[in-house]
Amino acid sequence: MSIWEYANPKRFMDTTARLLPWLTVFAALCLSVGLVWGFFLTPDDYKQGSTVRIIYLHVPAAMMAINAWVMMLVASLIWLIRRHHVSALAARAAAPVGLTFTLIALITGALWGQPMWGTWWAWDPRLTSFLILFLFYLGYIALWQAIEDADAAADLTSVLCMVGSVFALLSRYAVNFWNQGLHQGASLSLDKEENVSDVFWQPLVICIAGFILLFVVLVLLRTRTEIRARRLQALLMRERMA
Amino acid sequence: MIALFLRDLRLAFRAGGGFGLALVFFLLVAVLVPLGVGPQAATLALIAPGILWVAALLACLLTLDRLFALDFEDGSLDLLATAPIPMEGVVLAKAAAHWVTTGLPLALASPLLALLLQLPGAAYAMLVASLLLGTPALSVIGAFGAALTVGVKRGGLLLSLLVLPLYVPTLIFGAEVVRRAGEGADCTAPLALLAGVTAGALALLPYAAAAAIRVNLR
Repeated sequence: MSIWEYANPKRFMDTTARLLPWLTVFAALCLSVGLVWGFFLTPDDYKQGSTVRIIYLHVPAAMMAINAWVMMLVASLIWLIRRHHVSALAARAAAPVGLTFTLIALITGALWGQPMWGTWWAWDPRLTSFLILFLFYLGYIALWQAIEDADAAADLTSVLCMVGSVFALLSRYAVNFWNQGLHQGASLSLDKEENVSDVFWQPLVICIAGFILLFVVLVLLRTRTEIRARRLQALLMRERMA
Repeated sequence: MIALFLRDLRLAFRAGGGFGLALVFFLLVAVLVPLGVGPQAATLALIAPGILWVAALLACLLTLDRLFALDFEDGSLDLLATAPIPMEGVVLAKAAAHWVTTGLPLALASPLLALLLQLPGAAYAMLVASLLLGTPALSVIGAFGAALTVGVKRGGLLLSLLVLPLYVPTLIFGAEVVRRAGEGADCTAPLALLAGVTAGALALLPYAAAAAIRVNLR
């Protein structure tokens, strides 16, 4: 039993069909517990007041926006090396989800920044690199849609994903060089003295778990849709040939 | 490779349009910005490094969609694929020809436009140096974008969507060099980083572009 067996679309469909309801329930459970706990059962921050609660949406969305790209990179590499179609379809399925998470992170950040920093937007390194990441997602999705041949599209977007990863990373550190940050540093690290207080930390961890599960559910769902669309196309082709 | 490079150069010179166009576009941006922003010398001097670099970037982009598309349509790209030189070499030769016809003239003409934009005198040398160092990266990144979209009909807009985010590091370091030079600060660090981006792009992107072309020729 190895992970490569799921390269078989049939087996992938069977397994995910059984897994999906459970994952969906867990995602909904984590998100509702985390968000209700975070929104209604935590005290106000002494400086930020109740605006601190945006953390339960902003931080998990931002984490998943980056992780979605990493997942796409891994899936693209698997496609380029082992030519498993499910992998290419999963990368394609993840892109709009990642794009949405990026957008959520940008919008919640702006909503929080307005009362706290006094501005909706600042050309801070983190904000700027997220905007650039957003553009990368847009380009990736646009390339998928522009190319008609499915295998060529998968190949080209995989190459773009690899090159884009390098440049996204490069841009992340290039903007550091260019402007000093307004955004606060990491406060969830496991190895640092100064971290966010446990009161906020516990519901946040549940929210992060919820967002991860949500991402997995959405990607599996969208991959299943892509596989079905591909099957439909094959059936139509066969019909036309006959 | 040299033959291919010279062929592309000759095509660019003789067919017209491509060669002078980027330069004229560069000039147009430099003329239009003061009209939009206002003629105050202090404001213009402040934004001149950024404007010049963004204009150079857009001017490079302008001629990119012809880089492989023409050869793809008339079939010469298929011939090049079967030629004894590797596809990576073809990409590099074509990117070099693109650089000689856009990046190099832009860099050489930039002091004239800097004059229009009231760039501080101390920054002229660094402006030319940064453009000379940075524009090869623009050409080779652009060649990668052009290789990705060569099979797409009317891929111009898609090409800019793909390529412009990749230009971010070059733009940041390039404009930073000129800005620091204008303030009289030390600009070796951004210059070294700019050179690093160019060297990395020159070393790695021909492989990615060649892979994309092979997919598109399949």
